[in-house]
Amino acid sequence: MSDVAVLGVGMHPWGKWGDSFVKYGVAAARAALADADVPWTDVDLVVGGETVRNGYGGYVAGSTFASALGWNGARIATSYAACATGAQALDVARAKILAGQSEVALVVGADTTPKGFLAPNAGERWDDPDWLRFRLLGMTNPAYFALYARRRIDLYGATPEDFARVKVKNARHGLSNPNARYRKEVAVADVLGSPVVADPLHLLDICATSDGGAAVLLTSVDYARRRGLTDPVRVRAISTVTPTFPQTVIDMPLFSTDHAGVVPAGERTFKESLAHAAYEEAGLAPEDVDVAEVYDLSTALELDWMEDLGLCDRGTAEELLRAGETTIGGRIPVNPSGGLACFGEAVPAQALAQVCELTWQLRGQATGRQVEGARVGITANQGLFGHGSSVILSR
Amino acid sequence: MATPAIDGWFTTGEQPSLLGTRCVTCGCVYFPKQDDYCRNPGCDGSEFVEHALSRTGTVWSYTDAQYQPPPPYQPPPGDYRSFGLAAVELPEGITVLGQLADGYGVDDVHVGSPVELVVETLYVDDEGPRTIWRWKPTDLDGGTR
Repeated sequence: MSDVAVLGVGMHPWGKWGDSFVKYGVAAARAALADADVPWTDVDLVVGGETVRNGYGGYVAGSTFASALGWNGARIATSYAACATGAQALDVARAKILAGQSEVALVVGADTTPKGFLAPNAGERWDDPDWLRFRLLGMTNPAYFALYARRRIDLYGATPEDFARVKVKNARHGLSNPNARYRKEVAVADVLGSPVVADPLHLLDICATSDGGAAVLLTSVDYARRRGLTDPVRVRAISTVTPTFPQTVIDMPLFSTDHAGVVPAGERTFKESLAHAAYEEAGLAPEDVDVAEVYDLSTALELDWMEDLGLCDRGTAEELLRAGETTIGGRIPVNPSGGLACFGEAVPAQALAQVCELTWQLRGQATGRQVEGARVGITANQGLFGHGSSVILSR
Repeated sequence: MATPAIDGWFTTGEQPSLLGTRCVTCGCVYFPKQDDYCRNPGCDGSEFVEHALSRTGTVWSYTDAQYQPPPPYQPPPGDYRSFGLAAVELPEGITVLGQLADGYGVDDVHVGSPVELVVETLYVDDEGPRTIWRWKPTDLDGGTR
């Protein structure tokens, strides 16, 4: 038995609230505990997703959330893995549960973000690639997203209209999601009429940065059973594998790829390998997946992820999109939550938010955006410095 | 006098090139320079020699910056003007980012376009112009989309 149960999930709505990240984390944690009907005193492990933009309290997020909820003597841990922070925190909780060292683990991530482009912290750091890429190249995050988007155009015949269709779809998906920041229909013309940030991507192709919080209460399957839950949503896989050398796709925030002249490139790209490891761990295949929550930092990236997850062949994501197959009601709905398009990114909370959404989907509780009969869901994301994750949940 | 915006990353002569390092043990090339440990998982090398990368390559992908990037980007003097960016595959099997040369934009390249390395002014500070490497398209006809 290598499963653990998702007993409760909760979120603080995404937005630009300007409050402390702790407030969002506590709200999400309390929502997850209430959802599970588990008292805080039963929690024996708190794993926090670190935020790097909120001072010391952010660096020791596990402690910060445990203290705010009221010290209860639980063990604590804090994880940081860029955009995959939430998944890595979840992985820590799962490992402790499977090792028999925890029965009830609360995983919390929350962030308060600055306006505009995500930029490095202040100060001169001539040995930090994340600082240098701004200094020497003016290379923002959207510029990396645009490189990937442009390849879809030049190699597969994608169009800016296709990218806009992803936004239109996700905006519609998120309309009735109470935790989404943007709940408004968007038309293709709105996307194409918004300013170009990094050609071919328009402002509305690129996700915003948001405040928000998400929490997941993980327990042993035994504990769930003792509480009368015989068929809880289960975590089937948490993949957080690193790339393999040489990494041949240029990766944010780096200046170059690895050199592929001595060691030949592997069979899978990093993003493909994230999903592959998750499928292997779960003993499932892409054909088994009913719903996917993927990291649409840009509209075009959603199309890349569909292929990385094996939901369609390379270069064919646009066909599925145009046919409505990735819309709720289609063959493989992608981002029924509305995705980052409707949320904006709250880094340490985002991978957990994906898990929250899949949990609601698999329970049949995603009011107004339900993927009917969903039994298996997969998440995917990628962040800086070789971090990424893919989580598979099933009912 | 013009000085590089960063020391030791590129040469500035007639035929400028990027300066990386090569692992003496396995031959893997690194840019920016790697001097202390080889990141090839099958190599425990710790000795490196300087290695000039190919001056020409083909565009892997490209974009531009239509909004002024945030600090520590240093804008050139005057009103903000967007600039191009490209990831360029070099024949030795490494892809390197750079801005597109002055006057070139996304309409001048496509995936696969040939480019060559040039050195141009990035910004100007108290010491004078600071230079950086850039990629200059060399087959403009092939750049028409």
